[in-house]
Amino acid sequence: MQAQSTVEALGRFAECGYARERVEDNALLRGAGRFGDDLATTAGTLQAAVLRSPHAHARLRKLDITSALAIDGVHAVLTGEDVREWAAPFAVGVRQPMQHWCLAVDKVRYVGEPVAVVVARDRYVAEDALDAVEADYELLDPVVDPEVAAQADAPVLHEGVGANVVNDRHFSYGSPDKAFAEAAHRIALKVRYPRSSCTPIECYVVIADYDVAAGTYDVTANFQGPFALHSVMARALKVGASGLRLRTPPDSGGSFGIKQGVFAYVVLMALAARKAGAPVKWVEDRLEHLQASSSATNRVTEIEAAVSAEGRISALRYDQLDDCGAYLRAPEPATFYRMHGTLTGAYDIQHLEARNRVVLTNKTPTGLNRGFGGPQVYYALERLMQRIAVALDLDPLEVIRRNLVPADAFPYRAPAGSLLDSGNYQSAIEKGAAEGGLDELKQRRDAARREGRLYGIGYCAVVEPSISNMGYITTAMTPAEREKAGPKNGAVATATVGVDPLGGVTVHVSSTPQGQGHRTVAAQVVADVLGLEFETITVNVELDTQKDPWSNASGNYSSRFAGAVAGTVHEAASRIRKRVAAIAAHQFEVDASCIRFGDGRVTVADDDRLSTSFRRMAGTAHWAPALLPEGEPGGLRETAFWSPPQLAAPDVNDHINSSLCYGFVFDYCGVEIDKVTGRVRLDRYVTLHDAGRILNPAVLDGQVRGGFAQGLGAALMEKFEYGADGSFQAGTLADYLIPTTMEVPEPVILHMETPSPFTPLGAKGAGEGNNMSTPVCIANAVADALGESDIELPLTPSRVRAMIGIDEPDAPEGLEPIKPAAGSGSALQASDSVDMPGDPATVFDAMLDPKILAKIIPGCHDLQAVGDNAYKADVTVGVGMIRARYKADVNLSELEPPHALKLSGVGRSAMGTAEGSARVRLTAIEGNRTRLDYDYEAAIGGKFAAVGARMLQGAARVIIGQIFSRLAVELGGGSNAGSWMKRIVDLFRRLFGRSKK
Amino acid sequence: MKPAAFDYARPESRGEVLKLLADTGSDARVLAGGQSLMAVLNMRLAEPALVIDIGGVADLGYIEIRDDRLCIGANTRQAELLAWPELAEHAPLLARVMPWVGHFQTRNRGTVCGSITHADPSAELPLSLAVLGGEVVLERRHWRRGRRVVPAAEFFQGLLTTAREPDELLTEVRFPLARADHDYRFTEVAMRHGDFALVALAAVIGPDEIVLGAGGVADRPVVRRIPRDRDFDTELNIFAWSLGAESDAHASAAYRRQLVRELGHKLLTQATP
Amino acid sequence: MTRIAANTPCRVRLILNGKERVGQAESRMLLSDFIRHELGATGTHLGCEHGVCGACTVRVDGVASRACLMLAVQAEGRRIDTVEGLCDGDALGDLQAAFKRHHALQCGFCTAGILNSCAEFLDKTPEPSELDVRDMLSGHLCRCTGYTGIVAAVLEVAAQRRGAPPETSHV
Ligand code: FES
Ligand code: FES
Repeated sequence: MQAQSTVEALGRFAECGYARERVEDNALLRGAGRFGDDLATTAGTLQAAVLRSPHAHARLRKLDITSALAIDGVHAVLTGEDVREWAAPFAVGVRQPMQHWCLAVDKVRYVGEPVAVVVARDRYVAEDALDAVEADYELLDPVVDPEVAAQADAPVLHEGVGANVVNDRHFSYGSPDKAFAEAAHRIALKVRYPRSSCTPIECYVVIADYDVAAGTYDVTANFQGPFALHSVMARALKVGASGLRLRTPPDSGGSFGIKQGVFAYVVLMALAARKAGAPVKWVEDRLEHLQASSSATNRVTEIEAAVSAEGRISALRYDQLDDCGAYLRAPEPATFYRMHGTLTGAYDIQHLEARNRVVLTNKTPTGLNRGFGGPQVYYALERLMQRIAVALDLDPLEVIRRNLVPADAFPYRAPAGSLLDSGNYQSAIEKGAAEGGLDELKQRRDAARREGRLYGIGYCAVVEPSISNMGYITTAMTPAEREKAGPKNGAVATATVGVDPLGGVTVHVSSTPQGQGHRTVAAQVVADVLGLEFETITVNVELDTQKDPWSNASGNYSSRFAGAVAGTVHEAASRIRKRVAAIAAHQFEVDASCIRFGDGRVTVADDDRLSTSFRRMAGTAHWAPALLPEGEPGGLRETAFWSPPQLAAPDVNDHINSSLCYGFVFDYCGVEIDKVTGRVRLDRYVTLHDAGRILNPAVLDGQVRGGFAQGLGAALMEKFEYGADGSFQAGTLADYLIPTTMEVPEPVILHMETPSPFTPLGAKGAGEGNNMSTPVCIANAVADALGESDIELPLTPSRVRAMIGIDEPDAPEGLEPIKPAAGSGSALQASDSVDMPGDPATVFDAMLDPKILAKIIPGCHDLQAVGDNAYKADVTVGVGMIRARYKADVNLSELEPPHALKLSGVGRSAMGTAEGSARVRLTAIEGNRTRLDYDYEAAIGGKFAAVGARMLQGAARVIIGQIFSRLAVELGGGSNAGSWMKRIVDLFRRLFGRSKK
Repeated sequence: MKPAAFDYARPESRGEVLKLLADTGSDARVLAGGQSLMAVLNMRLAEPALVIDIGGVADLGYIEIRDDRLCIGANTRQAELLAWPELAEHAPLLARVMPWVGHFQTRNRGTVCGSITHADPSAELPLSLAVLGGEVVLERRHWRRGRRVVPAAEFFQGLLTTAREPDELLTEVRFPLARADHDYRFTEVAMRHGDFALVALAAVIGPDEIVLGAGGVADRPVVRRIPRDRDFDTELNIFAWSLGAESDAHASAAYRRQLVRELGHKLLTQATP
Repeated sequence: MTRIAANTPCRVRLILNGKERVGQAESRMLLSDFIRHELGATGTHLGCEHGVCGACTVRVDGVASRACLMLAVQAEGRRIDTVEGLCDGDALGDLQAAFKRHHALQCGFCTAGILNSCAEFLDKTPEPSELDVRDMLSGHLCRCTGYTGIVAAVLEVAAQRRGAPPETSHV
């Protein structure tokens, strides 16, 4: 094992470990931050907008950009043809014949997939032109559910692969079969983890330019790393790494993993700039972001444990199906393998078996999302721990305790290969229970239950990996494939510390933060090493791949800052210190070991007279090289690179140490459930973190609180909802629900510090723990409160209430419930009827008369026959202030005069698509009247589905209903455009002439 | 997410507004507080030819008591109503409801009449108007019949659909004043604070009769009168089923019905404070 | 009556943080875009452009409003205050300083809007309860902080303005 952490050697810090106020805040609080869209751009920079597929699965037959180009202010439109000419598909992490281009070239595979890019004078005009591009699609069957997609007869997304499961790996460690055979109990559980995203408040921003002389691209984007993806981008652009200069802005408005996905748009906008012959800026809007940027995977897991009578687990078996969306976009299938070495969690379990299948469905491609892989794994594992307790009638915390990795076993090698660096899980749990008031919480629960209230306590223990091994992704390949590809491993961090001629200290890190206070903490680290005030140190976190030191592991992910980057900063600063000490020793004519740094001065120990300001001493390196000791080259700048030896490539038996550090999180919470509304209220949430050495407690607590709020959102309200037709239904922040101040209580935060022996400062990452622990902790509490085993997130009031049970009294006579829509989401199926004057033959003939058809279709401007009972129509439909213009195909078919027919229509508009059909039956009734019964189906896709999900069914119902009520009006004679009195009469007729079926 | 192009007009009098509406009709949209319309325009869910900003019409902003009615003009912001010192006295239901309407920042600009015109089935203000039996004033350009007063029951016709004709302006909304022997109650369940209701219930408890209204369930606010001597649970069950609840991403139909029954029961039986 | 034809830039004059500013806007230009790109005050951010996230909140004649739900032409002649105007000379204002003390921001993207709401709120509500503060803040989404520091900062400034000494310790 590596040498002791340097922390002890350094003794007490003056800065590190203290809750310093952040240096970032001075600018941000003044509105002087510089985010992507705030930066000055080159004169002549144009704005881009992306045309996106309204369909989940379709063949792109034709794209007509003529009218778009004719709009004043439109400069260019980038299409699949350009992309085929100038670019290559993105490299994929598994060997399969499938292609993912930055723009759809032949098929679209998810709603929101880019189809063309319009470049115009400004964004307003660019959006005008989007509406003018005509795309023609041949619809294909979509597949949305991962379990359905994995079946042999499912529609296939990538024909070349021939199936949707694109990676299937089986792992076995130890002797799981034997352990299961010998176990007293086998306890199993199946869980589904939903799709969600930690969606930041700032969306993607890309500013791209193409240098036609050099054939190179220069792009600024709020990319967060990992910069391994720089290679993927450069290859897609068919240039070497130096042919893509990628820069990041000084500030980025949150990311949480999601801004990894901007890389595909870096390539797209680089090509758009090339096409336009001018710099291009693209600022993603919220609808684009929610529907098509990136998200976590949704996963189906079957998990089983071999358990002794005492609750000791000897083996675990996972069968995981991860839904990566429509394309396996790099670095997927990393969601699996980030956690692979740690599948046994915080527990000492010797035998392990896992089957990992990656399945593609017609949804947005997935990628990094805070907690990356952890929420999915721990949801299965920690729910199982709770089930074991219930099955064996043990206290859930006792089951956790009995299985923890022993305190004296660190560094502990987990069966799948993780080397748990340090920890003391037992004392963490004792501390958490004692200081968080577990006993009192139990009393609260008992008291609540005595009063008949629904109250539960949930627990979870989580190992939080940080500092990813860049080689873990190759675990998706078989050992033989890896052998061929060559080993990948490590995680190179870099930092630079420079001292200028006036003695000012500047630090550069390639960690591309999005609010984590890297500048503050880096300054604290350097201040301690050089004995300076931390406010005097300048830290630059912009990254320019052409000028700055960086590596494939650069970027802000896997909580690598505190452990890796801050440690590397420390290393670079220490080198400066050593050089300055040597310079000082030379000047003072003492041994370098006598030189002390502190209070901005360089002093000889035990001799205060020999003391100079740091500035002056360091300035010597610039101003008076002649005074420098031998071997000191002058100038003062040190760039350190650091990669820990523990991060080896996966071995032939698929052992992988997927991360360098493993923090520990122990959470528990008490929830009370409202019996009527089903609302889950957090009574108390306790979260204890052991993230090794703490560098800035306030920054760390900020990470805990932020992660907790996101975990709470995932537990209670966040979900990317898709219709059965693949339509995306959470396109606004009124549909995709993020917790507000009213939903987020203050957690009780506790800390413990077990330094990591593997990082320079003993620190571990801590940014993601609560994203892993909080969803399952809350789920366990709800399971405890309700005595339920099958818990699915998000725990919305409606879902929880359904678990409590809804014992509905029967509907009164004549008030049958509306038939629920078949499938889910936007598809609507229902029946209705309307009475109208005339016999069935009259009604039937009227519907076949194009003049009448034109009148009864609401908002029909133009109806042209294109065949027998087939028409093209121009229709404006809407409800209230909402309105959209559709180009529609209308057909009458299945004619059985005068009894029945089918009326169907498909419409396309900038708002997306609308499809509907109604089977009509005509029955003669008294008084020469006809009852028209209709069963209808409607589906709406594209933008309207994404932003109007809440209104969808109602809107479709209104519009279809209008067709037949207007028919009744037509047949009743008189004009439709009469006075309001007439309309009131019509309304009455509608209200009373119609009976619900 | 930027609006399509439109002509913009900022008239200074009611007459100018009505003339613009008469000339443009359904191709025009009236912009008051903009808290619904602007989002719709930004998402291009509507591309009107003309946006008529009524913010400059001075005589449309007022809160007045006239003929036992609380009358609120088209330019009056929700925040102004909430801050009106006599609100609790004259309209206790609105005093209870207003904090549930959107957020501090959207109430600052959103108008009372705008919310009612928009007729979102989950919005609290349309529900309040319906349950109180209020009315709206619609005006259009006409030499004789330019003004009509429409009761809430006729005004709300369905999802985002009202009796307002495209050439009419909703100039005023009128809420009946509170009666001393009546009690006013409101309850709501939403996914988050400030969200549109999954179920909202408002009740006017009179000496002989209860008027109960539900929002968020049917395609418009629906009201049922319940004589006090009836069995509430039977009545609530009829009411719950009659609303034709549907399931969506956030709540099931059964949940909505059950909430109407159970929250309704609480609302109707809770002791008068 | 003012009438502006579609696609026709016109002059918009307003008072931005106490200074008269003039810029060009078409009728459809959002106030948020006008402030940011026409007047160059980029401290106001956009997180949704449909009125939910609150990032774009500015004060219009002193009242916190979503700049993404207003047209630039509607701001003609009005007083618009943004985050850039919150400083006390060159120093941070009391609200900003409290945000800094309480680590009430991380990425800072939501912060400008929140500060503007708080500025108006504290003027109107000198003695807020924690629930009042949370209710006011519920019109803003912050994805980074979990809100704790923000609530604490606002409560502290309210107390300070009533004469209580500032806190020195951290949350
Ligand atoms: S950008 Fe205006 S509220 Fe989100
Ligand atoms: S500080 Fe990042 S969103 Fe609030």
